[in-house]
Amino acid sequence: MERVPILKIGGVLLVSIQIDLQDQSVLALQEDLAEKISATGAHGVVIDISAVEIVDSFIGRMFATIASISRLFDADTVVVGMRPAVAITLVELGLTLGGVRTALNLERGMKILGELGRERRGAVTHFGEFPRDA
Amino acid sequence: MPTGADGPEQVAISGDDDVVRVRQLVRTYAQQTKLSLVDQTKLVTAASELARNTLIYGGGGFARVEEVSDGRRSGVRASFHDEGPGIPDLTLALADGWSSGSGLGLGLSGAKRLVDQFDLDTEVGRGTVVTVVKWKR
Amino acid sequence: MTADAGHAQRLTELLRENAELLIDKWVGVVAAALRGRSARTELEADFREFYAALVPLVGHDGKNISGPEFTEIRSLLEEYSRSRVRAGFTPSETASSVFSLKEPVFELVENDASPEVFQQALAFSRLLDAFGLLTFESYSRAREDIIREQSEQLLELTTPVVKIWEGVLAVPLVGTLDSARTQVVMEKLLEMLVETGSEHAIIDITGVFAVDTQVAQHLLKTVVAARLMGAECIVSGIRPQIAQTIVALGIEFGDIVTKASLADALRHALRREGVEVVRREVV
Repeated sequence: MERVPILKIGGVLLVSIQIDLQDQSVLALQEDLAEKISATGAHGVVIDISAVEIVDSFIGRMFATIASISRLFDADTVVVGMRPAVAITLVELGLTLGGVRTALNLERGMKILGELGRERRGAVTHFGEFPRDA
Repeated sequence: MPTGADGPEQVAISGDDDVVRVRQLVRTYAQQTKLSLVDQTKLVTAASELARNTLIYGGGGFARVEEVSDGRRSGVRASFHDEGPGIPDLTLALADGWSSGSGLGLGLSGAKRLVDQFDLDTEVGRGTVVTVVKWKR
Repeated sequence: MTADAGHAQRLTELLRENAELLIDKWVGVVAAALRGRSARTELEADFREFYAALVPLVGHDGKNISGPEFTEIRSLLEEYSRSRVRAGFTPSETASSVFSLKEPVFELVENDASPEVFQQALAFSRLLDAFGLLTFESYSRAREDIIREQSEQLLELTTPVVKIWEGVLAVPLVGTLDSARTQVVMEKLLEMLVETGSEHAIIDITGVFAVDTQVAQHLLKTVVAARLMGAECIVSGIRPQIAQTIVALGIEFGDIVTKASLADALRHALRREGVEVVRREVV
């Protein structure tokens, strides 16, 4: 079984799927990612699927699972680079990604994670400043 | 295993990696038949769902893939065979969201929406054969 | 059924011995019928190939020409038919090219002393009939291919996907939307989103007078697919009749952004892109 590598870039974990995913690889990736987020304290996960030719219900469910796991560690997940044919097929299949954020490409995905991260830090700062204003 | 260039090709489904092998074989045929990229993707996705069904619910079996023609247009036919427990309630199995194993329960009903023809032959205690066809547009 | 090879031998002999004469007459008949629209030398090159492939097949009567021994002649004739379509010849003219070999062959066997050769020539004639019909079929298939290609090209031409701003695409749909056309346009739109890295697409249906359930479904699916890819579609210019159809059909547009006009849709997309359009005092 092939494993999908996970790269750390700053506070973001990048998962670029370059292989034809078998179910075992999907399960292994979910486990690896949970460990890595917990170990690194990453605030975001980007899953790049621009090289992925098909997403079936099993792989589709992985995105939602990863997003749920990340959320437990207070990290956001963005799926980037979904091919048009894959998107059309998923719609026909009747599969939704359970509210996972998506972006056209890696660059946009990183930007979204940056904005989400700022929003969260902004909220904390605001809360911290609150007593002084009052 | 491949049975020859002209006839249908067969792949055993007995493990996880065989599902990937089925996808690749179906894709090869879909490309040969010159299905559009979207149709290729739909057929391969359907095949992936069905091969996983054969593995999980049927306890393994085999897939057969071939190019077909109805005189006017060509297409790809893929069939999935197992000798598992069979499906007792077809209406229920084909309803969205129904699942007796892992997955989202989109396997059969989802695969059906992705192809042009869908036939299901099942007998409790004897096994299941699902045959799908995607025609060239 | 195939006649015994021994029986057909006399005709095979005759065809081999008189190859040059027969090919020359064959080309002559066809060239005359086509009245100079096809160069003699070209015809001769083609017919020489056909002839070489045909002679070993003497003895078959054409009832079944799907076997492997017919592969060569079939592909030769199919290619010939395709080139005839492109060159603007009629299907009859194409099939006649094959039938025209009969005349010189019959002339040849007329005076032959061997009694069975006439039967052999008859069987050969039936074989040529089968091949003539094959060119007819190939001809219409090639023509269908060309028509399909052209209609696809027309489809592309009539439904442009244009970039109207950095990050904003627009598809103005005009005329009657059928299911096939909608599907093609929508696939093209999604591909353009990736190519141009645009996060907004405006599907303007001001020029569309009717939609049916299928078309509306395709539109909806495209919007959902775009969203899965990380882009947003805005549907603009829905006519009152179409709005009524959509409601009557019970199609749920859900949280899809709809705007009355293309201008409104553009303003919405620009705002989402972070662009503010401000009117300046004109002196």
